[in-house]
Amino acid sequence: MIAVRDLTFAYPHGGFALNIPTLSVDKGERVGVIGPSGTGKTTLLNLVAGLVQANTGQVTVAGHDLSALDEASRRRFRATRVGFIFQNFALVDYLTAFENTLYPYRVGLGLRLTPEVRDRAQALAEACGVAHRLKSHPGALSGGEQQRVAICRALVTQPQLILADEATGNLDPETKEAILDLLFARASEMGATVLAVTHDHDLLPRFDRVIDFANLRQPA
Amino acid sequence: MNALFLALAHLRWTWARSLVLIIVGALILSVPMVTQVLLRGSEQALTQRAEATPLVLGARGSQLDLVMGAVYFSEDRTLPITRAAEDDVWDSGLALPIPLHTAFQTNGARIVGTSLDYFDFRGLTIAEGRQVALLGEAVLGAQVADRLGLGPGDTVVSAPENLFDLDGVYPLELQITGVLAATGTPDDEAVFTDVKTSWVIAGIGHGHEDVVTADAEGNITANAAITQFQRITPDNIDSFHFHGSASDYPLSAVLVVPYDTRSGTILRGRYLDPENPVQMTVPAEIVAGLVDRIFRIATLLDTVTLVIGIAALGAIALSLFLAWSLRASEIETAKRLGAGRFVIVQLAVAEIALLLTLSAGLAAALVIAVTRNGDQLVAWILAL
Ligand SMILES: Nc1ncnc2c1ncn2[C@@H]1O[C@H](COP(=O)(O)OP(=O)(O)OP(=O)(O)O)[C@@H](O)[C@H]1O
Ligand SMILES: [Mg+2]
Repeated sequence: MIAVRDLTFAYPHGGFALNIPTLSVDKGERVGVIGPSGTGKTTLLNLVAGLVQANTGQVTVAGHDLSALDEASRRRFRATRVGFIFQNFALVDYLTAFENTLYPYRVGLGLRLTPEVRDRAQALAEACGVAHRLKSHPGALSGGEQQRVAICRALVTQPQLILADEATGNLDPETKEAILDLLFARASEMGATVLAVTHDHDLLPRFDRVIDFANLRQPA
Repeated sequence: MNALFLALAHLRWTWARSLVLIIVGALILSVPMVTQVLLRGSEQALTQRAEATPLVLGARGSQLDLVMGAVYFSEDRTLPITRAAEDDVWDSGLALPIPLHTAFQTNGARIVGTSLDYFDFRGLTIAEGRQVALLGEAVLGAQVADRLGLGPGDTVVSAPENLFDLDGVYPLELQITGVLAATGTPDDEAVFTDVKTSWVIAGIGHGHEDVVTADAEGNITANAAITQFQRITPDNIDSFHFHGSASDYPLSAVLVVPYDTRSGTILRGRYLDPENPVQMTVPAEIVAGLVDRIFRIATLLDTVTLVIGIAALGAIALSLFLAWSLRASEIETAKRLGAGRFVIVQLAVAEIALLLTLSAGLAAALVIAVTRNGDQLVAWILAL
């Protein structure tokens, strides 16, 4: 699903440089990413999502060589193949929970909102236990409820890859477990791959594999 | 379509801000048009009525005040003249004089004491009830009747002319006998009565001994200390009488309707002497000068409106810009979810287009409402 080779990356005006000789994630795998702050975990997710471009080397995701895609294709790739979950939930405050789950179809390139999509969103909301909160705005939801809605939004496009950046970082321990279980359950239903950055070492046993950026940074 | 959906959702979520923007936008769009409509309407109404009023006789002084008071029943006042001036016109045999006494008000409407000739001269007809016949009776202009919700059988009380009136002259209760048909002129905003009734209000005519006075609740009482107004009844009407010489009774002005053009010219000539305390004015000339001045001021007003409009647009732009910086995180999310490069532009354009459409709709409604009620609004403005 993800194949990284000889990757080097540096922000244009920053001293930070990321260097990944090789990294691969199989389809359906659930991979945790840990490491000290500032080691480039979020940067890796951005690279894999095509939000930033590698300087050298290759990033291949779901069969697409991202550096070979043009800007519009990368956006379309992101809209249709990748689901994002954020630490701060990043819901849109002026839309109801239900409309938030449909948000990718409002802005994403190459996505069309059809009645089937609405049905799917409704089914996802039921599976995620937020069906009764769909008419509420994010401001009226608890953190756990907001993240459940965010998971619905990430999954509604049926992505092949789910990128989670500290998705449980703002939640209490019990909710963390529930949210991660939920994410894994829905992802494996769809056969989606999960790449999740976390600071939570208690959750690591649940992943198939863990990449530790503390080691990655060491010169090969 | 999706951009429109999001824009609409955002406008609804921030509805108070949206409402303010829409109202401000509508005002910017409609104020110049509304002023144009009202200006043109006022010009027309002013000019038409002035041209329909051949001559006005009144105290020497401001010709404009004289015309405004006598033709449009405005607040402007000149000194009163006497009834002798009216008699002079009669005696000349050159024109029909119509007396006007416009010193009093009731419920914000001017009480116009005049003769029955006035109704013929202006072409006023009774829409409901009957014409005044007795002392103390009045007919209402259409707008006054509408505004006060009064009709034949009701009463209005004249406003006390001044709070410290120690002459023992009480406001008079007027019996409404009829309502005039609407004409879209200042006549709709006036209450008409016989000039003698005006003199009763002025305390020149009054009843004796058995004059019935009543307090605000209508309780009839004989104790002058607590009486609020006087009422003319079938029992006391015969006791009403006037003191002094009839030729000394006051009038605000006299409308003069010459029998032909030549008579008008001759009559005007008799009032040219600047020593004469009475002057004869031609309303059409005075109003032409006024309209000319109004339009010169209006051009200045247009410039002011333009400047204020630009300033308001700047404020709107700033408010939109600030709103957009509040949405930076949404834009960032949209980018991560694979939004197109121009998603911000699309959302901004959709939102501005929606605001503009709603503003334009509201502005159009305003302009249409003003245009539809233009006559009444103009009549009301002219009566101010
Ligand atoms: N847009 C940017 N421009 C320049 N430098 C950046 C940019 N984004 C991040 N960096 C730098 O790149 C380095 C890695 O950042 P990154 O966000 O990937 O770290 P992280 O491992 O996710 O850290 P954390 O655990 O704190 O989230 C940091 O030193 C950061 O300052
Ligand atoms: Mg990070």
